[in-house]
Amino acid sequence: MTHMTSQMPVTSQHLGPSGNNRLFAAGSNATLADHERAYGPLPEHCIDATFIGVLEQSGLTGRGGAAFASWRKVSATGQGRDGALLRSRPVVIANGAEGEPLSFKDKTLLLHAPHLVLDGLLVAARSVSASSLYVYTTAVAMPAVEAAIAERRDARRIQVIEAPETFISGQASAVVNAIGGGNALPLDNRRRLSDSGLKGRPTLVLNVETLSHVALIARYGAQWFRSAGSDRDPGTRLVSVSGRGADQVLEVAGDEGLGFVLAHAGIDLSGVQAVLVGGYHGRWVKPLDYRLTPSGPAGQTVRPGAGVLHVLSTGQCGLEATAWIVEYLAGQSARQCGPCVFGLPAMAKVLAAIAGGDRNPKLVGELERLGTLVARRGACHHPDGTLQLIQSALEIFSEDVGAHLTGNCTRMGGRAA
Amino acid sequence: MNKKLHIDWTRCDGRGLCTELLPAVLGRDDWGYPVVRHPRNGDGTNATIGPDEAQAARDAVKLCPKLALVLQA
Ligand code: SF4
Ligand code: SF4
Repeated sequence: MTHMTSQMPVTSQHLGPSGNNRLFAAGSNATLADHERAYGPLPEHCIDATFIGVLEQSGLTGRGGAAFASWRKVSATGQGRDGALLRSRPVVIANGAEGEPLSFKDKTLLLHAPHLVLDGLLVAARSVSASSLYVYTTAVAMPAVEAAIAERRDARRIQVIEAPETFISGQASAVVNAIGGGNALPLDNRRRLSDSGLKGRPTLVLNVETLSHVALIARYGAQWFRSAGSDRDPGTRLVSVSGRGADQVLEVAGDEGLGFVLAHAGIDLSGVQAVLVGGYHGRWVKPLDYRLTPSGPAGQTVRPGAGVLHVLSTGQCGLEATAWIVEYLAGQSARQCGPCVFGLPAMAKVLAAIAGGDRNPKLVGELERLGTLVARRGACHHPDGTLQLIQSALEIFSEDVGAHLTGNCTRMGGRAA
Repeated sequence: MNKKLHIDWTRCDGRGLCTELLPAVLGRDDWGYPVVRHPRNGDGTNATIGPDEAQAARDAVKLCPKLALVLQA
């Protein structure tokens, strides 16, 4: 590569951005011109099903929460489970609903780098020979996406659909339901979307950040992607940091240390009591020597989910914070599945009682019993995500639980109310 | 051959007809919704149906007023 640079002024960006500033390398509010200057043209015409192999080598995982291997998802949609001959053409959906209140990285991405998302959508669509393409996002990001689509000819067939501002609207089957003209509510999970999604067609739903990485992998290859991060967690990821100081979006290397990321965000670590990683369906962790990665031993690593890092300061009560979140989550159940509709409010009530200083010693046991009644009993992951949050709170704030139940909570002024 | 009885939670209204037909397989929770008594790998949505219960399971699928049950291989 040096031989080229010695002769012609090829900017280093055309070999792929170096360092961790990949997704915003074209700057704020990037126009098509900014985008092409930063990244060079998209080799869209060279993309076909063989790109799925490149994606596999890259090791990219979904950045919307579940961290599923992206190539597997694409491959399942491209071929179908039974390889039937008469399959209809697939649908590809860029999911930018981001219903999680503590997450704002997808909106930021759509506002500042919409062309990267569109590139990724076009590449994914070509690799599965899709005929329908959608961007699904909330009202705030729609103008930026529509303006970006209007700027380019290859994106005309992409339709933009508005997502409601609900917690559950970004769940994959809710996305399909909403685009199909229904409500943004999850569907029964018996059928796979890759076999039968939108109007019965094989459907691939990928998070907008995931697609942005796809766009760069299509340009610079799998090895370039893997030059950031670690073997078990290659590439970069966006994180939404909140709770202490101004909310901010950072792009960090895969497998980065939690404390390092927070310090990088300018947070004084001595004031940090615990961190909620992964959002309202995530888990509380402390201390800060965990690494942020979807794969690795529990106890040393924590799954980043959709990249939410929310700081609880010393002096705040983790039980109160969790009780508030669970009450919110209970209200956000899509009111479809009985165990979720009744179980989550019941759990919220018990947790609020513990947080509020109710000294009934049976409360923790009751919370655990209710947990067994909601686990894996819903059409979507909502009950299980909520359960995970509660379990991590009971574990991380176990001393506080004890203090509340004995009326000795220091944060409540030395007495439980 | 064992089959799986799948509960579609988006449809089930928890009146409990299925739990009467399949008392050994399904219990009821605090709110009346069916609970898989012996969940496989923690799966609370798909109950395992052995040969002895196959007929009762087929009846439950047919009689569920909400069409919330599906018997799968
Ligand atoms: S599990 Fe809860 S949030 Fe998910 S579809 Fe059912 S009622 Fe809605
Ligand atoms: S019979 Fe149908 S609607 Fe009634 S509890 Fe059973 S599954 Fe639910």
